[in-house]
Amino acid sequence: MSDPDYSADGGHGAVPLKNVPTGLGERPRGEWPLYEVFVRGKRGLNHVHVGSLHAADDEMAVRNARDVYTRRNEGVSIWVVRADLVVASSPDEKDPMFAPAGDKVYRHPTFYDIGDDVPHM
Amino acid sequence: MSTEDLDKDHDSVYDGLLDADHAGDDSQWAFGTDFEDPLAGVDTTLPDGADAGALAAYCLMLGDDALIGSHRLSQWSSRAHDLEDDIALSNIALDLLGQARLLLARAAAADPGVVPELPEGSPVPPEDALAFFRDEGGFRNVRLVEQPNGDFAETVARLLVTSVWRLALLERLAGSRDTVLAAIAEKGVKEVTYHRDYAARWVLTLAHGTEESRARLVAGLDVVWPLHDELFRTTDVERTVAEQQVGVDPASVADEVGVLIDHVLSVAGLERPTRAAAGPVAGGTGRDGRHTEAMGPLLAKMQVVARAHPTGLW
Repeated sequence: MSDPDYSADGGHGAVPLKNVPTGLGERPRGEWPLYEVFVRGKRGLNHVHVGSLHAADDEMAVRNARDVYTRRNEGVSIWVVRADLVVASSPDEKDPMFAPAGDKVYRHPTFYDIGDDVPHM
Repeated sequence: MSTEDLDKDHDSVYDGLLDADHAGDDSQWAFGTDFEDPLAGVDTTLPDGADAGALAAYCLMLGDDALIGSHRLSQWSSRAHDLEDDIALSNIALDLLGQARLLLARAAAADPGVVPELPEGSPVPPEDALAFFRDEGGFRNVRLVEQPNGDFAETVARLLVTSVWRLALLERLAGSRDTVLAAIAEKGVKEVTYHRDYAARWVLTLAHGTEESRARLVAGLDVVWPLHDELFRTTDVERTVAEQQVGVDPASVADEVGVLIDHVLSVAGLERPTRAAAGPVAGGTGRDGRHTEAMGPLLAKMQVVARAHPTGLW
């Protein structure tokens, strides 16, 4: 379902790569690659996408993420991933991908009671 | 935190993103939580047998190193080569400013006589009075931290030397008999460890980058080097506080600092600069209040607003 012409670059969902300056592939000299940043908060169970940044390499990306996204005591763990490594769905496929789930109310777990002792639901 | 508490916090996985203090204000979850007071529960009385005057003078030295170094780094704000390093340098500046505040406050508590006189009823706290109302000769920072930033490579070279040195001092100071200094040092060790890591990584990146970046780094190290020996010159004040096990004799960290800097330089494929030490001026260094020509303009800019409003409330 992935389309090599689209990328999640920039953290704003699928964006076109053709005929627009994306910084990918033909990256101008001196331009650092883009990384997506995920931070796990003090009480969070999972890492959450918080934004993106530029860095020369993977290690610098972690350091930069610490400096840019955890200045106010937000995080206890950081993930970074090269934005061009994220495989994204294409907006052209939006209807076949997502519209079929729109009317399947019976897929929502709302027709039974969840026991009080069941955590993380 | 018990399993039960965890469960309570995680009726939904996303509840974890909300701090309890910000309940009802979902948009603020990313802005951080519960800040710590590094001096909470610390005994603030002076240790037995400690010379209050020497302790205050020593706190001014370490505090001024942090304050003036912080001011220089803050001058990078909005001028760095990209947003990420702009913020990184600001973060380091703010860490040092926090250390300066605690150290100057400790100096004032140990010997209120060091605090400049302000007009009757001025709400300016003693640490601010020390930062903004002392003249150049009253500052006790080493001359290395007051030097202009130069380019990024020069700033990185200076930050490597100052942070390796400061970390070695703070690690020892964490064992001070003065519980306040020990607590300040313990907080500072975590911060300066990151500063050292940041500087060392950039030294390697610049050294192994382009011809241009390497040449700039070599030039930066050359500029930094002549004032580097001052970091290890022991003053009478430092000798006294070290004897009283309150402070650290800087000469005692010289070997460790030298080994660490040589290690970074060798991984970077660089030689130690050979430029001669600048040495004292008229028998004194920054620790004696004898500063370089860069200090006056720095203080003028740093102090002008506070001095214009000596009774101002900030």
